Amino acid sequence: MDLITKQSISLAKDGNRRELARLLSSIESGAKLQIDSSNPWVLGVTGPPGVGKSTLIGAMIEEWIDRGERVAVLAVDPSSPRSGGALLADRMRMSSADSSGSVFVRSLATRNHPGGLVPFLDPMINLLGSCGWSRIIIETVGGGQSEIRIVAFADRVMLVDGPDRGDIIQAEKAGILELADLVVINKSDLPNALNASNSIKNSFNYSDKDDEKLVLMTSALNNDGISELINHIEELEVDTKRNSLRFKERLLSAWDYLLLSNPSLSEILLDLESGKINLDEALERL
Amino acid sequence: MGMRIVIAKPGLDGHDRGAKVIARALRDAGHEVIYTGLRRKPSEIVRVVMDEDAVAVGLSTLSGAHNVLIPKVCQELIANDMSDIVVFAGGIIPDSDREYLHSLGVRAIFGPGTSTSSIIEFLDTISERKNSNLDVGVGQDSGWRWI
Repeated sequence: MDLITKQSISLAKDGNRRELARLLSSIESGAKLQIDSSNPWVLGVTGPPGVGKSTLIGAMIEEWIDRGERVAVLAVDPSSPRSGGALLADRMRMSSADSSGSVFVRSLATRNHPGGLVPFLDPMINLLGSCGWSRIIIETVGGGQSEIRIVAFADRVMLVDGPDRGDIIQAEKAGILELADLVVINKSDLPNALNASNSIKNSFNYSDKDDEKLVLMTSALNNDGISELINHIEELEVDTKRNSLRFKERLLSAWDYLLLSNPSLSEILLDLESGKINLDEALERL
Repeated sequence: MGMRIVIAKPGLDGHDRGAKVIARALRDAGHEVIYTGLRRKPSEIVRVVMDEDAVAVGLSTLSGAHNVLIPKVCQELIANDMSDIVVFAGGIIPDSDREYLHSLGVRAIFGPGTSTSSIIEFLDTISERKNSNLDVGVGQDSGWRWI
């Protein structure tokens, strides 16, 4: 690591936001920084589009600031597969994101990297932790396998749903529910929120009895239930059973990345396609 | 490779159809666009550019307050050691006000009727200028501008 990077890290640790922002960019473009593990506190937030994740995170940030925490958010949105560009607008729903000194919001595009953002998340979280950000949130739109892998980088996972959507069933299918420590029904000011919350609680009762999950209701718009939510999150112990699932996801994504960035991958794919080798032989060569 | 660009709506101005069209066009051209949402203070816009490590910021204003808000953004960028950030503007900005804004370091002003392709061409040009170490930032020599 060169001297400039070292200086830049020490400036970022002293609270220089621009250096921190630049270091995050260089991690994103593949630079390896040596930073001692900061043992960061990380919450993953996921859920279907339009349920109010960003607004809810905005409200949670306010509560955390009141309690003296410094909150950093990594807001992940997909890159367009066609142009490679991205429209990142999560921060517009977080009211103090652009003004408070106790908040740092960074929008990240998935950039169609092989293996997604996965190789960069760990160093980014570590850097934020070592710069004194005491609560780190990873936000992603839930649905597919790649989103599960992103939230798997958090030690605590919160799933957000809206009233009367039934998307939680989709989440169950995708396996996100197994990773979640708590489920929040947002927009509790709308009709049917209570029904949604009850039906989720019921469905939990029929499934794994040892895997207890909290179901809470909030209205980020009216600031209802936010303080209770933060109380519950603060009390969450990192669940060992779910944690091993998360580490499995992390390992799998690191493995994918290794596979997809193998220099002879395209050659092996060609040989597979033409029937020269079979799958076992391909694995052997990899 | 696309750039990271902030599209911002400074001040009390509730019209963002244009800003959203631009944001989408830049995304389709391969850029990562961070949209601030409505009614941001100049200081907030500078914060977004800083935290998001953006290369350029586009200011959309239709309220008539451009001669107050745009200079504030330019000054705060320079004061925060961000002279290399490219500033461009769009919306309703009369010809008679443009020379003043250019003199503050605004590199391009796009009025009604501009095609999105010319904005993309402008961004390609600033990317080339940056790569050749030519002045293009808000606090650098203001001789060059996009016409």
